[in-house]
Amino acid sequence: MTLNVLEGSMAVAESVRLCNPDVIAFYPITPQTHIAQEIATLIADGKLKCQHIEVESEFSALSAVIGSSAAGSRSYTATSSQGLALMHEVLFAAAGMRLPIVMNVVNRALSAPINIWNDYQDSVSERDTGWIQLYAETNQEAVDLTIKAFRIAEDKRVLLPIMVCMDGFFLSHTMEPVDIPKSIGNFIPKYKPTHAYLDSKRPMSQGTFAYPKPYNTLRHELSKTIDKSNIVIREVNEEFSKKFKRSSGNGLIDTYKNDRKISIITMGSLAGNLRYVVNKRDDCGLLRIVSFRPFPKCDIIDALKDKETVIIFEKDISLGTSGGSLFEEIRSALYSLDKKPKIIGVVCGIGGVDVKTDDIEKIIESADTMDNGKIVWLS
Amino acid sequence: MDDKSLLAPGYSTCAGCGPAIAIRTLLEATGEDIVICNATGCIEVTTSQYPMTSWKVPWIHVTFENAAAVASGVKEALIAQGNDKTAVIALGGDGGMLDIGFQAVSGLWERGQDVLVICYDNEAYMNTGIQRSGSTPWRASTTTTPSGLVSKGKIQWKKDVPAIAVAHNLPYVATASIAFPADLKMKIRKALSIKGPKYVHIHAPCPVGWYFESSKTVDVAKLAVESKMWSLFEIIDGEKTLTHKPKGVPVKDYLRAQKRFKHLTDEDIDEYQKRVDASFDKEFKK
Repeated sequence: MTLNVLEGSMAVAESVRLCNPDVIAFYPITPQTHIAQEIATLIADGKLKCQHIEVESEFSALSAVIGSSAAGSRSYTATSSQGLALMHEVLFAAAGMRLPIVMNVVNRALSAPINIWNDYQDSVSERDTGWIQLYAETNQEAVDLTIKAFRIAEDKRVLLPIMVCMDGFFLSHTMEPVDIPKSIGNFIPKYKPTHAYLDSKRPMSQGTFAYPKPYNTLRHELSKTIDKSNIVIREVNEEFSKKFKRSSGNGLIDTYKNDRKISIITMGSLAGNLRYVVNKRDDCGLLRIVSFRPFPKCDIIDALKDKETVIIFEKDISLGTSGGSLFEEIRSALYSLDKKPKIIGVVCGIGGVDVKTDDIEKIIESADTMDNGKIVWLS
Repeated sequence: MDDKSLLAPGYSTCAGCGPAIAIRTLLEATGEDIVICNATGCIEVTTSQYPMTSWKVPWIHVTFENAAAVASGVKEALIAQGNDKTAVIALGGDGGMLDIGFQAVSGLWERGQDVLVICYDNEAYMNTGIQRSGSTPWRASTTTTPSGLVSKGKIQWKKDVPAIAVAHNLPYVATASIAFPADLKMKIRKALSIKGPKYVHIHAPCPVGWYFESSKTVDVAKLAVESKMWSLFEIIDGEKTLTHKPKGVPVKDYLRAQKRFKHLTDEDIDEYQKRVDASFDKEFKK
């Protein structure tokens, strides 16, 4: 293992190179730009051999890789924020057509007002599209999840697109020591699809029109498939950990000192701040959600069932519910428990404001006096 | 019906569908070694009803506005697979290719990818119920530009997409009509023989949306060409040539053959004739 100090975007570009995609399409958007530029440079220097389509929008970026993936080639793209929102319609198509596309989402706030800094409104708003969503805490994890994503997406039990989400600027533009494996060997075998190709010797129609009954059946299959993909995510995480001596918890969730009475919960790089707080105190432990889709309900119940209090820190807001989506979903997961922990939601970091460890601690300290179900907006 | 057609029978287009004739004629010219990337629209919904399909060639549909972008990806995937032979075709109606999907078409043309873009133009959003498109002709009555007590139908002239295609420096641009199948097939073959982006715009009347008898589709298409309402030409490296000299039958004969223009008075039609003549002369009498 050799550690290099790399910007998150550069590190991710290197991990994409290791996975040998056949077709890449990008439309530049801050803060995804450094990934697009670095991959273009790798191609320009002959270090990555693939077809690169310089499309005229994010909508076309995803549409183009839908075309290339449907034609049977490994396909990759990356975007952020408004770009992801522009892709919204085709996100559903990519999942419904069962195309194992990998996309890095460099998380950024959504307009209006326009803002280029980090929060998770972009990807969390796309949670119902049928894409697997994995969230990286560090640049190293962004690299590792990107590599694992190709393997998970292309597994015959899955065949679904994956978003590997990483915080804009906090990860994408920040230097950290990262190990880029020299080679990943056969960790990602050659992509040989039997379900989707466009070959004139074996004609196939893809993306057909379906009446209510078959439509209903196919959507149900899609729902069952993404639910069951947790098995493959776990397996791939384990195999990766054996080979590269690193893991993302159990693939779905990661815990740290979670044997204490309070659990503080988050996704992505904010977990770094929460770890700091956990180390400073003796009353709380960390639960980090790696896989937001599929939502690891059982793992979460298991990790929280004996807690007195759980506090969720999240950088997204489901407007009209006062709180974030992670809060709503964790509360819903805990509903089946006989003895339910007190649950508090914290909406924080919206539009890229710093989430200070002092503020995190203040919330932990005042949790006792808060009503069950309280939502705090941290600004 | 020719059972050798690459579009198998059983598709559910309306009787006398112009676009269906366009696609069957197109496939006679392309042969089997193609991939069709189809925009949402009449042809897409009527030929691909799961679990059946009429397509005996590889075919993909994703959404309304991205056929050209999907085709971009398919083309690059085939290149990555070492296949430089299979022709990639982006296909759609005037809505999918010339309005909502035009950005993707322009992007593809600007990138210069080796893809044939085809529009079957039935001059309105027929799949959703005859709403106007950028390609609907002047003064046609549609469900969103209905003629009425104070309206004479669509206000704007038909969008000149072949000219926009030429502005992208395409090596080959052509117009065609379902009433001239030999000319149409010649143009498809020629387009496919040229490397790079190319565009063929096929005029394809819709009996339901234009309000004429379903047995008259080819007659109406022929009248459009002979009255100069639709011209058949090709533009090779910017050089424009008529491939059929129109007889110059009165525009009135064409307009009166369909009910979408039935609100027009004889005076209106005289005005229409003048505009059509002026437009044709500007293009071809130099």
